[in-house]
Amino acid sequence: MPELKRRSIEVYNWFEQRLGLGGPVIEMAEHEVPSNTASWWYVFGSAATVILVLQVMTGILLALVYAPTAGHAWNSLEFLDHNVKLGWFLRAMHGWGSDFMVAIVLIHMAQVFLFGAYKFPRELTWIIGVFLLLLTLGMAFTGQVLRFDQDAYWGLGIGASIVSRIPWIGGPLVNLMLGGPIIAGPTLSRFFTLHVFVIPGILLAMVGLHIWMVLRLGINDWPMPGRLVNKKTYVREYHQLTEKSGIPFVPDAAWKDSLFAAAIMLAVMACALWFGPFGPTGQPDPTIIQTAPKPDFAFLWIYAVLAYLPPSLETPVLFIAPVLGIGAMLLLPLVSAEGEKHWSRRPVAVLMVAVIAVILGAFTRLGMYTPWSPVMNAWTSDPVPTAYLKDRTPLEREGALVLQNKQCRNCHSIGGAGGMRGPALDSVASHMTEDQIIRQVLQGGGNMPAYGNALSPSETTALVRFLTTLRGNDLAPAVDASQRLTSSSEPPAAPAKGH
Amino acid sequence: MTPNEQTPNDQVTTTESATTPASAPDKSAGHSRRVFLFKLSLLVNGAVGAVLAVPILGYLLGPALKKSSSDNSWINLGPLNDFPEGETRLVNFRNPVTTSWDGQTGDIPCWVRRVSGNTFQVFAINCAHLGCPVRWFAQSKLFMCPCHGGAYYEDGSRASGPPERGLFEYEYKIVSGSLVISAGKMPTLANQAKSESPLIQLEGTSAATETLPKPRCSSCQS
Repeated sequence: MPELKRRSIEVYNWFEQRLGLGGPVIEMAEHEVPSNTASWWYVFGSAATVILVLQVMTGILLALVYAPTAGHAWNSLEFLDHNVKLGWFLRAMHGWGSDFMVAIVLIHMAQVFLFGAYKFPRELTWIIGVFLLLLTLGMAFTGQVLRFDQDAYWGLGIGASIVSRIPWIGGPLVNLMLGGPIIAGPTLSRFFTLHVFVIPGILLAMVGLHIWMVLRLGINDWPMPGRLVNKKTYVREYHQLTEKSGIPFVPDAAWKDSLFAAAIMLAVMACALWFGPFGPTGQPDPTIIQTAPKPDFAFLWIYAVLAYLPPSLETPVLFIAPVLGIGAMLLLPLVSAEGEKHWSRRPVAVLMVAVIAVILGAFTRLGMYTPWSPVMNAWTSDPVPTAYLKDRTPLEREGALVLQNKQCRNCHSIGGAGGMRGPALDSVASHMTEDQIIRQVLQGGGNMPAYGNALSPSETTALVRFLTTLRGNDLAPAVDASQRLTSSSEPPAAPAKGH
Repeated sequence: MTPNEQTPNDQVTTTESATTPASAPDKSAGHSRRVFLFKLSLLVNGAVGAVLAVPILGYLLGPALKKSSSDNSWINLGPLNDFPEGETRLVNFRNPVTTSWDGQTGDIPCWVRRVSGNTFQVFAINCAHLGCPVRWFAQSKLFMCPCHGGAYYEDGSRASGPPERGLFEYEYKIVSGSLVISAGKMPTLANQAKSESPLIQLEGTSAATETLPKPRCSSCQS
């Protein structure tokens, strides 16, 4: 044994004499950090780095099989899922790793923001971090494109349509993005190049800079309320703190990082095993139009925002909001480089994080069930509940048929089934009079198309008769107040029995 | 940069010999010459880089600089009998500009509406909002988009939802009993699908398109 140990030390020294890396690396690993930074709050950056390594490794393994051509990419993914041993697992690891990476980068960013770590002298670390977030999202989007299925194809269409709205240079930019006149072979090759060469190259270089600056400037000390950052005194104070309470990063602080990284890796593996790989959904054949494309999780909120913007605001918001948002993130450390770090003394910062988190969460939730989209098959798959047909006249029942046949259900729900684009019709007659319903059906309005051209007079009559019977749990029917005034002498007619 | 480097080249030797010990002049003279040569080499590399940038940028920006009108050509969608009057049908065609590795992505669908006689409307599949594939519902005479709920009337005009305009339309003409459309480029708000009056050269190429295989007309919805 001692012989073996001696031999290995000799080998190490042989390399060390030539490389000279061991010394500096050990010194770097053991550098002193303030003991208060050995916290479970400080583990997200290293976890993101570990997932990045996972993504690089699984990505290389997938590239061994993946065929980056429009004609074969989808088939090669199916081949990976079904014919290559554990190919599905590697795809799942890469896909779930991507979701975890986006999530952890966002959590890391929120933590750094709330702990004031972007303040002097770490402004540039934050600014590079903003670019790292954008590059991570870029990897997520280009990765979704490489999963060349229906969602990827139409996702590219959405991307091209957004780019086409840029004033003046929109057209050339679309050509540059697609690499040709349509979404096809050159488009996939472009996104393959971006996903595999360009963005990872920049990403790895910037991660290197990011970590280098963390080592050079020291990790952010635990913020204390009332301990203000002052450019003149901060560096000296930080060094005093490190000298007073310093502990070697490895192993005294790093054990938490490495334990958390292991937990995250286990979580990625568990998700990959349990939920499996993402897609691919249908083939990227644009002639298959029976599809409802959706972006991946990280972009669902954008998808939802695009549904709610009014047409006149869409283009300005699409291009002004990102500039303001990214600009604000980049400028943040420059305009507030000094002062209070602790979150309890920065209510606006806390409020911003909360509001942004709620907004992203709410829009993502909406993006998951897309209430604005018509349910394309509701008119043939969701029958009118029988309770709504009981004790109805033949004309009213005919109206129920019209309601189904004219695809009203694609946007309107009855009995909880159907689209959510328009209001539910279960109690429509309790807040709209017959006249109002006729006008709404024929002329549309309020985001409803006019059906005057699609309905014959008899169909309209039947439909409206049926709709006037829909009064929820026997609510009073809506009445025209002016009509009641003119006919106040007549006794009110007994309302027809609702369901 | 030392003051010596900033002095003109021909004066260097005299200044240096005046300010430096006797043994140094030769080395210093060589130093300033090497600095000059190094700067010269930087200049040469800059020039080489600039020359190299021309093909690189040309290659990279090639698709962006291409004139969009050159992508469109006339495509035969089939005999008029395939399109009953008053109906709107889905027709697929092979994009005129494709590569052999495009696979299915080179097949493009479009909605053909025969209004009456020789009057047609040929709509792009892409929603004018964000390009998703719109579906035709003959019963309610609406095109509906699955992505954000855009809806269009049978004539392609905007009915409701987020689109800011009606459906994109392809230009069409009738050549010896067949419907022919001008297509080839994905319609977006930047190019509006309905291009300007076609070039005469393009009109002349229509004979070539007639030899193209008959497009597959599938899932015709009535």
